[in-house]
Amino acid sequence: MDASAAVRIKGLTHRYPEQKRDEQALADVDLTVRPGIITGLAGPDGAGKTTLMRVMAGLLKATKGEIEVVGLDPVRQADALHLRVGYMPQKFGLYEDLTVMENLVLYADLRGVGAEERKAQFERLLDFTDLHRFTKRLAGKLSGGMKQKLGLACTLIGTPELLLLDEPGVGVDPISRRDLWRMVQSLAQGGMAVVWATAYLDEAELCDDLCLMNEGRVIFSGAPREQKERMQGRCIQVRDIAGNRRHFLRHALGSPSVVDGVIQGESVRLVLKEGLSEPDPGVLEGEPTARVVTVEPRLEDAFIDLVGGGPDGHSVLADTMPLVDLPSGVDPQAVIRAHELTRTFGDFTATDHVTFDVKKGEIFGLLGPNGAGKSTTFRMMCGLLTPTSGDAEVMGIDFKRSASEARQKLGYMAQKFSLYGNLSVERNLIFFSGIYGLKGRAQADKVAQMMDSFDLTRYRRTNAGELPLGFKQRLSLACALMHEPPLIFLDEPTSGVDPVTRREFWVHINALVDKGVTVMVTTHFMDEAEYCDRIALIYRGRMIAAGPPDQLKKAVASEDLPDPTFEDAFIGLIQRDDQAREVAEKDKAA
Amino acid sequence: MWNRIVALIAKELQQLFSTRRNIMLLLTPLVLQLAIFPFATTLELRNATLSILNEDSGAASVELVQRMAAASAFTEVLSLYSEEDLERVIDRQDALLAIRIPPDFSRKVLAGEPVSLQAVIDGRRSNSAQIAYSYIQQITNDFAEERTGQVAPAKLIVRNLYNPNLDYRWFVLPSLVAIIATVGCLLVTSLSLAREREEGTFDQLLVTPLTPAYIMLGKAVPGILVAMAQGGIISLAAVWLYGVPFTGTVWLLMLATFAYALALSGVGLLLSAISNSQQQAFLGVFCFMVPSVVLSGYLAPVENMPTVLRWISAINPLTHFIEMAKGIFLKSYGLAETQTSLLALFGIAVVTLLVAHWVFWKQTKS
Repeated sequence: MDASAAVRIKGLTHRYPEQKRDEQALADVDLTVRPGIITGLAGPDGAGKTTLMRVMAGLLKATKGEIEVVGLDPVRQADALHLRVGYMPQKFGLYEDLTVMENLVLYADLRGVGAEERKAQFERLLDFTDLHRFTKRLAGKLSGGMKQKLGLACTLIGTPELLLLDEPGVGVDPISRRDLWRMVQSLAQGGMAVVWATAYLDEAELCDDLCLMNEGRVIFSGAPREQKERMQGRCIQVRDIAGNRRHFLRHALGSPSVVDGVIQGESVRLVLKEGLSEPDPGVLEGEPTARVVTVEPRLEDAFIDLVGGGPDGHSVLADTMPLVDLPSGVDPQAVIRAHELTRTFGDFTATDHVTFDVKKGEIFGLLGPNGAGKSTTFRMMCGLLTPTSGDAEVMGIDFKRSASEARQKLGYMAQKFSLYGNLSVERNLIFFSGIYGLKGRAQADKVAQMMDSFDLTRYRRTNAGELPLGFKQRLSLACALMHEPPLIFLDEPTSGVDPVTRREFWVHINALVDKGVTVMVTTHFMDEAEYCDRIALIYRGRMIAAGPPDQLKKAVASEDLPDPTFEDAFIGLIQRDDQAREVAEKDKAA
Repeated sequence: MWNRIVALIAKELQQLFSTRRNIMLLLTPLVLQLAIFPFATTLELRNATLSILNEDSGAASVELVQRMAAASAFTEVLSLYSEEDLERVIDRQDALLAIRIPPDFSRKVLAGEPVSLQAVIDGRRSNSAQIAYSYIQQITNDFAEERTGQVAPAKLIVRNLYNPNLDYRWFVLPSLVAIIATVGCLLVTSLSLAREREEGTFDQLLVTPLTPAYIMLGKAVPGILVAMAQGGIISLAAVWLYGVPFTGTVWLLMLATFAYALALSGVGLLLSAISNSQQQAFLGVFCFMVPSVVLSGYLAPVENMPTVLRWISAINPLTHFIEMAKGIFLKSYGLAETQTSLLALFGIAVVTLLVAHWVFWKQTKS
């Protein structure tokens, strides 16, 4: 083992008192964190990342195993440890009623940094985080990205040797995430040891060293490169699909030669079984024009492969759902309509004259940085917020006119698990079917059917709050679909969910779309945006771009970047808007 | 729509009884108060100390002192010898009440002249001191009556009509019916919306076809049911366990409890609507409960309050309910005697529910 390592962990096991005998938060974890690089700690929610972080920060004593952090025992020498280790938890304890500067002073006091020393440190940290302009602003009034930067600055006070960052990228838009990453990278280059925990595998891919976790176990440890190399040649993109790409994906996932597949705009990306470099001929049957291109593997491909592949593409749920039949008088070109939608909060305009139509059977995505107005727009479309001016209509019904009737038409699934955690699975289903007006026989049948299609029957008496994450996700979707709505609204439906569950979720959504259901979704995952038929990019309250994902990507393509990813498109379009705004302001000033 | 509301009410009740913590939250105050309250809040006077400064040495004064000392309320009698002592015992709370008998007491009594005694009472313990004072007054009156040998031409005779033995439990338990029902109903209604908000299920509820009014109805009914159940348990315990007479009719008590719970659920829902977390709602319940009990007439008679407080007391639902509960238990109140209070409660209910609905509706429209 490396003598200079900042963290050395061997055989670490932890079980929380409330866990069952066969469950473990951490199971026999080995980890070495070396200074000078960023060590990624990656895995879906519930994989054990936070538990491991807390053990390293000396806040939790593991049940079993050896651990040494910066040469100290994190439990017995906790006081010495806290001075040498910086820990930034998921929700960093910023005091929202204090200003940026007051927060820094407070943390300097807590770490016992002297007056002279702190002056120099503040200067350096404010430079570093580019927060000089905001020292007098209340921390609560900062954007998600800036809060995270301030949290980082507070953590860095006292110049720790080891920096533990627990999902610093959550709730931060891609631009701020890139900033944050660059900052942490420069710290690592300066010799600091950094652990960056993340549920985003694209983020983990950038780390120098990686510890990939799933269900408390380390499933891979080493350089991310190794995993990608292992997948080399097995990742293909099928372009120029003449038919429906969703049907194509479903068909492809059914083939034993395909491990995993996702939609990428007009194309479909597939991961093939080990040893194959092209799919079974059956996959491309009926698609004479389709071209197969080998693409660069991603860490996510390796993850899915390590956990045994994604779902097979068939949705039992969709089989039970009826075909959507629009009532007469509803325009199939505009089952969801936003017209000049505007919402102000005081003198702040959150949504500024946004107009769009969503066609029947379309997946429409709302995308944008945090605080840009995406959520406000979304909430107005499902009737949770009243527009200041303009109209929000679903199935030809204006929310202003008949909110109750309009709401009966939509299914809603929130970002956070939002069912009744202390009620059983069955009770939740009965409740949601009940308030949507199902009763008697029909209700009992529907509940049984949902439990059946989502494989929830064995959990029927389990409290919803105690379900494994993937099943919570299924239950949420089941509750949203009890009344067979023609529209579904999904608010960041898969944040924090592991990639396999996310794929399974999209299998259901794709199948529902085939039944004529219309989907409106907000998402943080750039990959997920690619499932959409059309995307509206919301920035500073306005819709700055709208169109199919491929079209948005093409809009930012250049000689330097001939094949941009969706994240590139997102950042490019926003920067373009910022530039246009600056030019306009200069013109005005002139 | 009815099925949907039934679904909502069923869910609320299931949630309420889903955890042991919730059940304890509703049962503990019930059992605890039932066991402790009737004994702890004694309104009867016992074990008090009386001090007497007797400056007279005549036979009349000695007899009076003996009579006072014999009263069961005073277990200890201190004899004082100076004016300073008199102030000191009250100051140190050694005695609740001090009596000063003037030097010419016996002479004037013999001569048949009017004579005054001085009583110094501890104003810090006004309630019990007042009761002690009235005991002494009664003893002195009896004494004077016997001495003068004739009945005063017009004399006020106080007889405790509805509670002839002055058994304070008769007074406490019907009020307890009201107070326990208050806690239950307020907790259930006020925590409900706040909990949904805290757990993120509120939006999920708001996107359903239920309108704010229906959601409120679904939240109010469980609160009313809980209040009525708790009130019922206390009433049964009062009659069977403590032997409090029940002279009224059961249906009227139920109607009164319903009216009260309805008024209270409006308050609870309002607290819930303006709270962002269960913690805030809980504080809100506390802020409402304490003045509500103090101004209800349970601890001190409403008639003794300043005018403004009497007005507040009149719009306090607890005042009306305690009044009716006591009446139905002890004074065989019928509809005629309770209709003013009932109407007041329904009036308060209309106002609180409308305000709660308005606030809630405004929030969902924001």
